[in-house]
Amino acid sequence: MASAIDPAIPTLRPARVHEVTGPGAVVFALCQAAGLKGPVLWLTPDHWPEALFPTGVARLLPPGRLITATAPSEVELLWAVEEGLRSGAVGLVVARLDRPLGLTAGRRLQLAAESGRVTGLMIVREGAGSPAAETRWTCTPEAAEDSTRMRWSRIKNKKGTCGEWQVSLHGTSHSVTVVSATGQRAVAAREGG
Amino acid sequence: MLRAGNRDHLHCLNPAAEARGLQRGLALADARAFCPDLVTRPADLAAEAGFLRALCRWMERYAPFVAREGADGLVADITGVAHLFGGEAALRADLTARLARAGLTVTAGIAGTRGAAHALARHGGGIAAAGAEGAALRPLPVSALRLDHDTVEGLGRLGLKRIGDLMGLPRGPVARRFGQGVFLRLDQALGASAEPLSPDRAEPHFGVRMALPEPIGLLRDVEAGLLRLLVRLCAALARHEAGARRLRLEMRRVDSSDAVVEIGLARPMRDPQRILALFRKGIDEVDSGFGIERLRLTAPLVEPLPPEQYGRPRPAGDEPLADLVTRLGNRLGFGRIRVFHPEDSHIPERSFSSRPFASLSAATAQPGAPWPVGAERPVTIFAPEPVFPAPEIAEGPVTPPARFVWRRMQMATARATGPERIAPEWWSDDPAWRGGLRDYWKVETRQGRRLWMFHTPQAPGWHVQGEFA
Repeated sequence: MASAIDPAIPTLRPARVHEVTGPGAVVFALCQAAGLKGPVLWLTPDHWPEALFPTGVARLLPPGRLITATAPSEVELLWAVEEGLRSGAVGLVVARLDRPLGLTAGRRLQLAAESGRVTGLMIVREGAGSPAAETRWTCTPEAAEDSTRMRWSRIKNKKGTCGEWQVSLHGTSHSVTVVSATGQRAVAAREGG
Repeated sequence: MLRAGNRDHLHCLNPAAEARGLQRGLALADARAFCPDLVTRPADLAAEAGFLRALCRWMERYAPFVAREGADGLVADITGVAHLFGGEAALRADLTARLARAGLTVTAGIAGTRGAAHALARHGGGIAAAGAEGAALRPLPVSALRLDHDTVEGLGRLGLKRIGDLMGLPRGPVARRFGQGVFLRLDQALGASAEPLSPDRAEPHFGVRMALPEPIGLLRDVEAGLLRLLVRLCAALARHEAGARRLRLEMRRVDSSDAVVEIGLARPMRDPQRILALFRKGIDEVDSGFGIERLRLTAPLVEPLPPEQYGRPRPAGDEPLADLVTRLGNRLGFGRIRVFHPEDSHIPERSFSSRPFASLSAATAQPGAPWPVGAERPVTIFAPEPVFPAPEIAEGPVTPPARFVWRRMQMATARATGPERIAPEWWSDDPAWRGGLRDYWKVETRQGRRLWMFHTPQAPGWHVQGEFA
């Protein structure tokens, strides 16, 4: 697959559960999945209206690596996340959560991720983060000359600093790059954590 | 009693009813007139066929080739096996005695040809020595020859009631009137023309059971018992190069009630330890009551699973993944765990399908397979959502609105790429595409969001259908 991920792209600490919010969260999750090995378990609640579009996903990640599952309730969804993390059979577990995760549930998922050596990424609503998350990211697309520009900011980090990255997705070369800082740009790309 | 068309008739009756002069095929109303206190039950043909199949399997204790004969008979080729039971008469006596002990009324006939055996079995039974079929069949009615009802009636009208009447007749005139079938059946019964027996290849049955001397109740004990059953079942599966897709464990409690645990498997498998691990959750939830005294394990659904050569490259981590999908599927339902598959269609919603993971075999699942990449497409897709306000109808080429409201958010268009015209597939009537042609645009907004919007020229209006990175 012609998908190439810039090594300068910030990656998630392995075997931990992270959170991401914002309109660009799906792309963030797909970029992270592309950098990891193994199948990706993608969990959504039954009633979620938006679905992944594999033809568009193919630019970032071979859609064959995705295993999607839907859960009828919040409890079933979290159970499935824990099973996926604990099994060690997948590279990344992505789940879309409707409500903020409690401390107990969040802690339980962290322990499952540690025991299965699998990374977890929860797509949460804005401002609905859990205190147990290892890092939290906000991803927003930005209007720029480049029509794929996104801002990824790490707004919480348990073992490091926060930071902000400008990321571009190149449609022709199917690659994701961190855009170098220029003098004019208000937010420069900083390496953090 | 069996209902055929609009008419109920007798399908099967007991000796007491036969003694009163009733017979098979009699209309129920007539039968009631003969015998007002007749007790009837509806016939269950499926259950009868199932029982006959089971009996067919049992019959393999006598001969290797056993087949069903009609809806109510079995035929076995006992060539060369009769001496094992002490001769043909002893075999027949043994068979009748065993079935009588099971509560069945049977008549059995043994003859050198299939046709003669059929005739004998249905008309009192008996043994016809090899070469003496003619003498044995002579007094039997013509219907014993497996002829259809009309032919038998026609022959009867000519006075040909016994097989013996047919034997000496010139063949031409009879064949011209009733077809070659009459003499074909006669020749088959007399051994003049050959008739092979094609046995029902008995479906291998995957089931094992275990009776316990003492009732058990501990989880550990049930697991130990289940493991022993699994080892035996998996050995049987390995012999037939099959793997189980569904397993059913029935636990009979001492009070004769059953506890059932059924699991589905994402991939066919026959590894006792792995299956045991998948059963663990189900067994844990079972109430053992006063104790379990019998275990029965069956595999109602099996799939071929040929042995594999060592060192064959296979997707790494496939087995843990199958186990994970099995666990998820047993709780969420196997239909919910899906994978994407490309489809050949230019309609966005139809350019892919998602299929249940469990419906793909390990060989067809290709996690790294390349996906056809065409024009730029969004990463998420949803049902088209209209934007407000609806545009005024303008002359000239249509471009996306400069300002619009989507999901209660004010959006301003910064850049728009398009249009890409997609026409509905004329050969399929998709309700979502009744609006006609769509002109798709990638609209980058000043707010940052990049939307996949379309305009329908035939019913002017703008919709959002997806979101780009």
